[in-house]
Amino acid sequence: MSVAMLVFFACGVMAVLGAIGLILAREPVHSALSLVLVMVALAVLYLLLGAAFIAAIQILVYAGAVMVLFIFVIMLLNAGVEVRTNLSRLARWVGIPLAIVFLVEMAYAMSREYGARTAMAAGGAAAGPVPASTQALSMKLFTEFVLPFELTSILILIAILGALVLAKKEA
Amino acid sequence: MVPISYYIILSAVLFGLGVVGFVFKRNIITIFMSIELMLNAVNLAFVAFSREFNQLDGMIFVFFVIVVAAAEAAVGLAIIMVVARNRKSLNVEDVNLLKF
Repeated sequence: MSVAMLVFFACGVMAVLGAIGLILAREPVHSALSLVLVMVALAVLYLLLGAAFIAAIQILVYAGAVMVLFIFVIMLLNAGVEVRTNLSRLARWVGIPLAIVFLVEMAYAMSREYGARTAMAAGGAAAGPVPASTQALSMKLFTEFVLPFELTSILILIAILGALVLAKKEA
Repeated sequence: MVPISYYIILSAVLFGLGVVGFVFKRNIITIFMSIELMLNAVNLAFVAFSREFNQLDGMIFVFFVIVVAAAEAAVGLAIIMVVARNRKSLNVEDVNLLKF
């Protein structure tokens, strides 16, 4: 087994365990920390895939900014242990079969597409490898995708204003 | 080199766990975190396919997904704060004004 495979399995298991921890934890803070684990594991997987820039913003934006915001709100609202109600017990009996059905359905769809995909991959590989460097990515981002890129700044501005207006205490 | 199918399977499992969390959890913040988990799973699939087909567009899309997720988290958490202030509870079952 190569080093890449070992890293993949280590991070894959870490990510899945983190996701299970998110679901099983009763305390919201524990859920948030499990989600941070998932995000760090995914960042390592992005590095393994050669997407250094994506790995960097995964750590900076997701594990850094977004999760800190989550933990900040959890602390601010003093979120305690989740309560179990009749409806959440019902969700267990309906939800587990539905989750299994969903996973089986996705596995079926993926295995069915696999033949077509490998044929396409063979065609793509023949075109020659394109380096997924940060330089190539930024070239594309600032030429071909420059309008969406600039629009995201307006989106973030609107999001900040929206958050401010919503969270403001009404007089 | 790790086969792409492994990444897709991991992505599907993470997405499935996100759906399970979304359905099972009662705390409004944890439900929101499950949505973030699903977004992350989709990002992994995007990057894996981008690598497989030697196209950078997948990674550009992941960049925008992360930006939109950050904006969504800011607005979503503000909404959660307002709901928590008005309802005095973080349980989604207490937010039933539009339910008949």
